[in-house]
Amino acid sequence: MNNKIIATILSSLFALQLHAAQVTVFAAASLTDSLKQIAADYEKTSGDKIVFNFAASGTLSRQIEAGAPVDIFFAADETKADALEKKGLLISGTRKSLLGNVLVIVTPTGAPAINSPAELTNTAIQHLAIGEVKTVPCGTYAKAYLEKLSLWATVENKAVPCESVRAVLAAVESGNVDAGFVYKTDAAISKKVKVTYEVPAADAPKISYPLALLKDAPQPEAAKNFIAFLDSDGATAVFKKFGFIVLSSPATK
Amino acid sequence: MSGAEWQLVGFSLRMAFASLLLILPFGLALAWCLARKDWRGKALVETLVSLPLVLPPVVTGLVLLQIFGRRGPVGSWLHNTFNCDVVFTWRAVVIALAAMSLPLFVRAARTAFEEVDVKFEQLARTLGAGEWRVFFTITLPLAKRGVLAGTLLAFARALGEFGATIMVAGNIPGRTTTLPVAIYQAVENGEDAHAWMLAGVSAVIAFAAVFVSENLQRRRK
Repeated sequence: MNNKIIATILSSLFALQLHAAQVTVFAAASLTDSLKQIAADYEKTSGDKIVFNFAASGTLSRQIEAGAPVDIFFAADETKADALEKKGLLISGTRKSLLGNVLVIVTPTGAPAINSPAELTNTAIQHLAIGEVKTVPCGTYAKAYLEKLSLWATVENKAVPCESVRAVLAAVESGNVDAGFVYKTDAAISKKVKVTYEVPAADAPKISYPLALLKDAPQPEAAKNFIAFLDSDGATAVFKKFGFIVLSSPATK
Repeated sequence: MSGAEWQLVGFSLRMAFASLLLILPFGLALAWCLARKDWRGKALVETLVSLPLVLPPVVTGLVLLQIFGRRGPVGSWLHNTFNCDVVFTWRAVVIALAAMSLPLFVRAARTAFEEVDVKFEQLARTLGAGEWRVFFTITLPLAKRGVLAGTLLAFARALGEFGATIMVAGNIPGRTTTLPVAIYQAVENGEDAHAWMLAGVSAVIAFAAVFVSENLQRRRK
């Protein structure tokens, strides 16, 4: 009797395994909300399961280099994908730049506004949260932008490096820092911060999100299907809803 | 080692020392009260002090962040009264290290005090010594080894602290980054050689502290 039950449970587990693939996606922290929503839609129609690891793109690329079993890498910075491509860890043909974003300066709700980046050098600004410049793309972009304006040298000693763009957002929300650099899409999901300055596209470094299938992907077929879905009209609508810039990729359009 | 690496090691040592200075007076008083006195709520205080030993360090960090953040009860008062920020500054490092190493110190010092024969203290009192004099001329000198061993353990613990530190002090190079945080960051950045070098330095310091501490405790017996 007991054996029968166990056999039934085992076989049903096995059957589940056969039909539903589990696709592992390592994605930039800024994609958290949009990808979760897209994956929920996708899971309903495909039956496959999408598992995420959201973190700073630099952290993720290190984990992939160390041999993490991952199907899809979706970073917020082309250079992080370049590094993996150079090491032969991703399938070059599958790589495409899907999204763009806008850099903004946020302050805690109720704090005095910052009308230009030059005001970051004011003494009133004691702590400026910024993504860790080597691992967090948002930090890399912010540093490049401030360097271009020759402000980095003055602002650097106020910088509080954070481990992801969402950590920057949390630091500003808590009021423990006076301002921070995040993407427009992150600022949009928080009620506790306000966008006080939007960096014009012409001044900012090009922000581009690469997506690729990894060479050692445990579920390459299912992963390819999900990559195709990310480029579909349904997914595009969600990305746009969250405020991302959807780049038209020549391979599909 | 490069200049920046020496600076990092120096900073970490200074922060650990500062945290010791913070916990020594308070820790000694507490250890003495626990060893010599019976009072209501003693078991509760005993448990509370030891809590950081067993709680996940990030939980301790979270509590400190709540208290000392700009919107926290202590943090907002300091910010508004003295324009003094704690979170993301070296002060936060010292507080985090102190909170994490206090239990080790108090436990060691308490045991050391308990091992001092009460008769010597009573004898001193019959000769007219006040409580302070008894403590500083009888209890503390006799408990010296145990207290010193506890100090070294607390120091070593402070040098290795990661979870609470990163929560309240963050990782600001040259200002709040301590050895363990720097090692983590080096690995994140893919600078493994740098990470190993710093790991080596940490191991040497930790080894020295525990080695001396163990020796002190053994010779006491």
